[in-house]
Amino acid sequence: MHSDHDMKAGVRKYFMIGAALLVFTGITVAANLLHFAVPIAITVALAIAITKASMVAAVFMHLSNEKKWIYGSLLLTVIFFIVLLSVPSFTTLDTIGTHEPALGGTVHRAGGH
Amino acid sequence: MNIPYTVEARPDTGLNNGKLGIWLFLASEVMLFGALFSTYIILRNGAEEWPHGELSVPLGAINTVILISSSVTMVMAWASLKLNDWAKHRLYLMATFVLAGVFLVNKYFEYSEHLAKGEGPWHSTFLAIYFTMTGLHGLHIVGGMIVMAYFIGPGAKLWKTNADQFANRIEYTGLYWHFVDLVWIFLFPVLYLL
Repeated sequence: MHSDHDMKAGVRKYFMIGAALLVFTGITVAANLLHFAVPIAITVALAIAITKASMVAAVFMHLSNEKKWIYGSLLLTVIFFIVLLSVPSFTTLDTIGTHEPALGGTVHRAGGH
Repeated sequence: MNIPYTVEARPDTGLNNGKLGIWLFLASEVMLFGALFSTYIILRNGAEEWPHGELSVPLGAINTVILISSSVTMVMAWASLKLNDWAKHRLYLMATFVLAGVFLVNKYFEYSEHLAKGEGPWHSTFLAIYFTMTGLHGLHIVGGMIVMAYFIGPGAKLWKTNADQFANRIEYTGLYWHFVDLVWIFLFPVLYLL
């Protein structure tokens, strides 16, 4: 239940968060003009994006005050999302066909004789 | 037959069905866009060079401002209902709809500029992932606009017969809309700036 007083306080908060999001957008663009090295640029841009996304989720989507069933389903989502974003690193760990043979072993190459 | 738990909370979850339903839908959306972001990382890591400055940063930034503003108007459309202010609700919901339309018009100009130069998705890996991700995001904007149009038009009459259920529906629309905004918050730096 939301009382009128709570809602009016909430309305102020929505506008303040909206303004903060616009400021952070400005900071993102300004940081881009500084031409940081790529790793630093990625870190800065993603840090700002994560901050903005957290503000949207916590305030606009009311995740700062939700029921445990929603937190539970989101926890599962976060776990699977992390696995999904880890997939690219598995491709760099894939060494099939590139290993040197063990001592005394033979190399089997596809299509070889 | 009445659908149960549209307004009152289920005793086991403490939520009405629509709220849990929209969150489960958003969870599936996280995985959909997550797969595309993962693809982006693979393509970028595998590319010998990655283009910079191909996209218009001012247009991307303006679209970010538009979507953030539309998130504010969307949450205000819901808050106005909770404050029993129907006129303001209508104003804010229509503003959200218009802002969504302006976003799509900007995207149309951006796409046309590239296509006029023969720079379609077939042109490079970067443009392929750019058109795929922003195209899917654009479809979500269109989806949101269809839902908003329904609540501006024929769906609005529910307010007179069941105000709480109508407010809940606007809340679910808002949750979806904020998610669409949230995806763009990541798409903008990833595609336009980095």
